[in-house]
Amino acid sequence: MNYLLLSSEEVDFNIHVIKTMRIFGLEFRFTDSLWYACWIAAFLIIAAVILNRKLRRVDPMAKPKGIQNLLEYAVSALDNFAVGTMGPVGHKFSAFYGSMFLYILLCNLSGLFVWFRISPAESKVWIEFMRPPTADLAVTLSLALITFFMTQGFGLKAKGLKGWLKGFTEPVTLLTPINLIGEVANPISLSFRLMGNVLAGTIIMALYYGMLPMLAYIISPALHFYFDVFAGVLQSFIFVMLSMIYVSGAME
Amino acid sequence: MSNYSMEQGSALILACSAIGAGLAMIAGIGPGIGQGFAAGKGAEAVGRQPGAQSDIVRTMLMGCAVAETTGIYGLFIAIMLIFANPLISRYLRIIGQ
Repeated sequence: MNYLLLSSEEVDFNIHVIKTMRIFGLEFRFTDSLWYACWIAAFLIIAAVILNRKLRRVDPMAKPKGIQNLLEYAVSALDNFAVGTMGPVGHKFSAFYGSMFLYILLCNLSGLFVWFRISPAESKVWIEFMRPPTADLAVTLSLALITFFMTQGFGLKAKGLKGWLKGFTEPVTLLTPINLIGEVANPISLSFRLMGNVLAGTIIMALYYGMLPMLAYIISPALHFYFDVFAGVLQSFIFVMLSMIYVSGAME
Repeated sequence: MSNYSMEQGSALILACSAIGAGLAMIAGIGPGIGQGFAAGKGAEAVGRQPGAQSDIVRTMLMGCAVAETTGIYGLFIAIMLIFANPLISRYLRIIGQ
């Protein structure tokens, strides 16, 4: 994602390995998706801590103003979104899905920002546009697996072991394998949808910057708006919404 | 096995992979039709009941996203064939390189 050093030979949108580690004989690759995801998580945590400190000093009876107004609006919007999709049980989940939504949203929008990336092996530092972490199947699949285990876990908790197992044999016992395949297909389709959309945007942007370096500065804002902002917001919204539907469907 | 035929084989595999990637993107037709249908029905519904616009738009976007899935699968196959081709390495393994 090296848009700053524009040259037509160098169209680079691959996942870069920052460091390869060996833990218990297994090879772990610290990729740039993980690098940027760590920065985004750190940003969210620091923002949450700072805003929490700020809001503690606010008088709850007074008229809300400034950043408090915005935060109250955002929190109630996320709350209403969870309750509207999941029903009354959504109050319990709105904090989790709200933070998941913010994380995915920031990951998708990160393609708009410039940040640095290091390479200890070559002892180099690159300053370039971030490669969205959600353009990596590893990130989206782990997010989708959280949903998968939540679906099964809350289904088990709500229905009991017998009811949960019986859910797979409905409407007739003959369809059990198809039901099982359907359960496994959910996280795959969730993760592929998010990754495919973001990765397609990333590849098209990189090809565009590589193909027309001169025109890139004129037309690229529109493409950035479509692929990063529009598709990013829509896909994070849809990912969280489908997760909510799966979890609330398993609990019924 | 001589070097010449190995290069030929790799070139054949790469060419066929490029054609296959193009063919895989035919899958884009399905989501296009599906999303167009959903958007048309959504516009119809908003025309009939403008008060429920936010609900209709939300349901429509949901349906569009689900309809998009098959297209994304096709896109994924095409990306795999072009950027992370598994066939070349298998071919090199078969001929013992």
